[in-house]
Amino acid sequence: MASPSLMDTLFQRTLDDIIKGLRHQQAGESAFISKVVEEIRREIKSTDLHTKSIALQKLTYLNSIYFIDMSWAAFHAIECISSPNFSHKKVGYLAISMSFNESTSVILLITNQLRKDLKSNNEFEVSLALDCLSRIGTADLCRDLTPEVFTLLSSSKVFVRKKAIGVVLRVFGKYPDAVRVCFKRLVECLDGTDPQIVSAVVGVFCELASKDPRSYLPLAPEFYRILVDSRNNWVLIKVLKIFAKLAPLEPRLAKRVVEPICEHMRRTGAKSLMFECIRTVVTSFTDYESAVKLSVAKIRDFLVDDDPNLKYLGLHALSIIAPNHLWAVLENKEVVIKSLSDDDPNVKLESLRLVVAMVSESNVVEICRVLVNYSLKSDPEFCNEILGSILSKCCQNVYEIIVDFDWYVSLLGEMSRIPHCQKGEEIENQLIDIGMRVKDVRPELVRVGRDLLIDPALLGNSFLHRILSAAAWVCGEYVEFSRKPVELVEALLQPRTSLLPPSIRTVYIQSAFKILIFCLHSYLLQRENIADDMASEMLGLKSQGECSGSSALVAGKAPARQEQDEGFNPRDSNKSYEDLSIINEGDVSALLEKGFTHESIVNLLNLIELALGPLSGSPDVEVQERSKNVLGFVDLIKQEISNGFVSERASKIIDMVHDAFTEELGPVSVNAQEKVPIPDGLMLKESLADLDAICGNVQLPSSISFSMGSPFGESVGASVSIPQSKEESEPSSESTSLLAEHRKRHGLYYLPSEKNETLANDYPPANDPKSSDNTNDDAQDLVKLADKSLLPKRRSNHAKPRPVVVKLDEGDVVPFIAKKSDTRDDLLSDAVRDILLGNVAKTASSQSIISDKSSSKRKGKEKLNVDLPESREILGVEKPDLGNPSSRRSKHRSHGKEKSRKSPEKKNSDEIGDGEKEKQKSRHRHGRHKTKQRAEGPLNVAAQTPVIPDFLL
Amino acid sequence: MIKAVMVINTQGKPRLAKFYDFLTVDKQQELIRSVFGVLCSRAENVSNFMEADSIFGPDSRLVYKHYATLYFVFVFDTCENELAVLDLIQETLDKCFRNVCELDIVFNYSKLHTILDEIVFGGQVLETSSAEIMKAVEEISKLEASSNSITLVPKTVSGWRNR
Repeated sequence: MASPSLMDTLFQRTLDDIIKGLRHQQAGESAFISKVVEEIRREIKSTDLHTKSIALQKLTYLNSIYFIDMSWAAFHAIECISSPNFSHKKVGYLAISMSFNESTSVILLITNQLRKDLKSNNEFEVSLALDCLSRIGTADLCRDLTPEVFTLLSSSKVFVRKKAIGVVLRVFGKYPDAVRVCFKRLVECLDGTDPQIVSAVVGVFCELASKDPRSYLPLAPEFYRILVDSRNNWVLIKVLKIFAKLAPLEPRLAKRVVEPICEHMRRTGAKSLMFECIRTVVTSFTDYESAVKLSVAKIRDFLVDDDPNLKYLGLHALSIIAPNHLWAVLENKEVVIKSLSDDDPNVKLESLRLVVAMVSESNVVEICRVLVNYSLKSDPEFCNEILGSILSKCCQNVYEIIVDFDWYVSLLGEMSRIPHCQKGEEIENQLIDIGMRVKDVRPELVRVGRDLLIDPALLGNSFLHRILSAAAWVCGEYVEFSRKPVELVEALLQPRTSLLPPSIRTVYIQSAFKILIFCLHSYLLQRENIADDMASEMLGLKSQGECSGSSALVAGKAPARQEQDEGFNPRDSNKSYEDLSIINEGDVSALLEKGFTHESIVNLLNLIELALGPLSGSPDVEVQERSKNVLGFVDLIKQEISNGFVSERASKIIDMVHDAFTEELGPVSVNAQEKVPIPDGLMLKESLADLDAICGNVQLPSSISFSMGSPFGESVGASVSIPQSKEESEPSSESTSLLAEHRKRHGLYYLPSEKNETLANDYPPANDPKSSDNTNDDAQDLVKLADKSLLPKRRSNHAKPRPVVVKLDEGDVVPFIAKKSDTRDDLLSDAVRDILLGNVAKTASSQSIISDKSSSKRKGKEKLNVDLPESREILGVEKPDLGNPSSRRSKHRSHGKEKSRKSPEKKNSDEIGDGEKEKQKSRHRHGRHKTKQRAEGPLNVAAQTPVIPDFLL
Repeated sequence: MIKAVMVINTQGKPRLAKFYDFLTVDKQQELIRSVFGVLCSRAENVSNFMEADSIFGPDSRLVYKHYATLYFVFVFDTCENELAVLDLIQETLDKCFRNVCELDIVFNYSKLHTILDEIVFGGQVLETSSAEIMKAVEEISKLEASSNSITLVPKTVSGWRNR
């Protein structure tokens, strides 16, 4: 565009013109918008307010729909609101409420205009100003306009009054001192007869109470009255939310409120109110058996409803109640389990939570089996949800529910192989944690680790790398339980390990080193034994077969041993054994079961040298250093054991290193660091405060109790970063074809042949269409299974006793850090308490100081009574206290706090007394409460007795 | 507390967005995008609720209703009831926008704000009766029209055309 056309300068485009224009722009939208913004910048400077307001309106539109910045137009918006014309004002206020914030420099310029509009005779102008204040009110604005808001709280126009009530929330939040001015009037509004007003004020109290419920306990009688009297569902929902917060603080209040809530549950036809009643009961009234029973019955109605919303909410309510009342879940287990295969992701997730909640020691094996089967058929996201919840459930309280750790460890191995599994980190931690805590499971752990390590296909999946790292560590640390250590070394050094990130390769190298040491040490022992006692060979052979320890190893001649071993190892599948024997022919490993010949040791050393040789030039320092260390060691040993003779020196070195590795690693308490006393004069904060700044974007390694390095360091192979192996791109598909070669050449790296089909294409497709048909069958199975195993809490017939699990005294619980509450919230609650407690000091009676202090609630109530026509008599009795109000106030406040902690009982009695008073007041209006009161009468007297001593404290 | 109200069309274009806490336009755009990302991945005939913690912070819920080409979305915290908010969309909003299509929403941007401001005030639902809302909205429109008519000569192009 060269210059603006005549039309553009003379005639302004309206918002409608812009919208139409935008609709006709297909591609050049952004060009059109920038042209329009240019126009707006010109028009908005006009002295004509009409032109200005239209420009501002267009800008506001572009801001909210096309995210165009409009902060530059702040001053123009202020000009618009000062126009006497309503539509200009409206445009201006909309612009302000959308774009102003604490950091807008001109914000204080609107104070006077707001004040003027708040005082306007036109209720819609007042409404605009109130709306604006509720959106952008800052501490300064709220402070300056509190008097106007206070005035509007008693406006005769409902339209204005309800908005004034609404704005109070913002004003209190930003300027807590406003409580002293407005709170009383706000409380008066609770008594109003107009439903719109009550709705607004209850909404405000619901918000206030959600942040700091304790301060609003004194108002409980007012809320109670609304709960009983109101028939407006919206209001009732808000009141229920308030009571859900108040009831846990005040058991006696809960007792009073629970019956009206049940009454609403029986009566109401509105699902929203019904659900709120249910939610209130299951969150805050779990001790009231009959109420819980009623709500569980209502939850059932929700669960069987066709509406997915109700079903979801029903499940949600069940999951709230599950920790306290598991029977409610068990009662509905069919629905819960069937929902696992629901179309709705929310429903599925909730039902998963519930199924996991049902898991116990007696059924963990069965439920986990079904869940794992489900995960195979689920979409990746839900699959990981399932795996994640199994993992977190099983490790709860140091594997509390696990009895058969062999099973659990093999389950972990199985989960690792699930195609979508992305829970590598969690599985890694658990594998290692279990290894350190549970001695008895180590042989199985090593077996599982070996199966994972030996499969070259797994190395291509970057999500599994962390699990492989754990497997490598486990196999290295507990190698004495391995039947074929040489095989492990080969697995750890296989060519595809180049796909691992360096941090995990280091673990592999270190584990290979540990295994090498173990082999050498065994070899030495074996030689000694041969020398010591040739005659005990036959005996030794037997014990070797039975004992998996490292001490009783005895050598044998290869051919004879192999046959023997086959007999001794029924777990080893014959087939694979034969396979291996065939492959053995030209291969490095002689695969003597722990019997090492000189030749096999030399072969092992050669293998390590060959595999690690290239790594000594690795760009990663850790990899380089570790491999160089190992290579150095191998070099040394090779020289020392030439010609079948082991030098004294070599055996000493081997013994020493072996001793170093046999030192057992234990679990580390999360609190361990805290237990280390800080030396005098050490200023930790001083130098570490700006650690983040110093480190910049350097990734810190994850803090595991042993050093494994960071899992996703720089990736080595191209395919490392590819999330799912079934979509593996070029490099990996290449490696898949290589895999066939690989398999032919190195058959020993592959699992026994029955698993070959699944391995053929790395991983099977996740959602096999065939298998999805079975989902419902599975649901049936699980239902049946649940029937079998969920109901009776019998102790299942464990074949073997639960192994010892190492626990740390208190270290397994993450230390609780109290959250510091916001200072502004503190200010607000202080202000509210001052009003509800301190203020009363002035109106409170000059009775005894004990009774004066005795009840925050009564005081609050009395204060309220002042303004109620029915309570004039009470007021008449009371005389203003002329004592020092501020000291009195602080005393009261501290008492309020003390009371809350020390004597809930006393409070309750106050509450009841309060309610009683309330009842008396309204007896004429609500005669039906009479009976209830009478019943409670004697209780009050009894409860009130212990009050006084508490207050003398 | 209502945190945000959005109307997004099925292409992911916002038609209305109101955030009751100040957010920069970039943040607004990001939130709308992520909400739409979740909404469009959901099948029909599933529940209208979502936990929105990952998008709007802890304890956030989201209720949406899909009408023809539009999603009406309310985001709120634990102080609201999911079903009540859904009722608000289904009943109150529905009555206020009787037989309204996306085009009406596009061209009645200001009126949409007026209606919404009568329902939600500073994040709180102050009015649920559609009769009360429409009464107020009509009076406001009348007031706007009368204040505009004072400008005797319309300066705008469409004003000319309409004469």
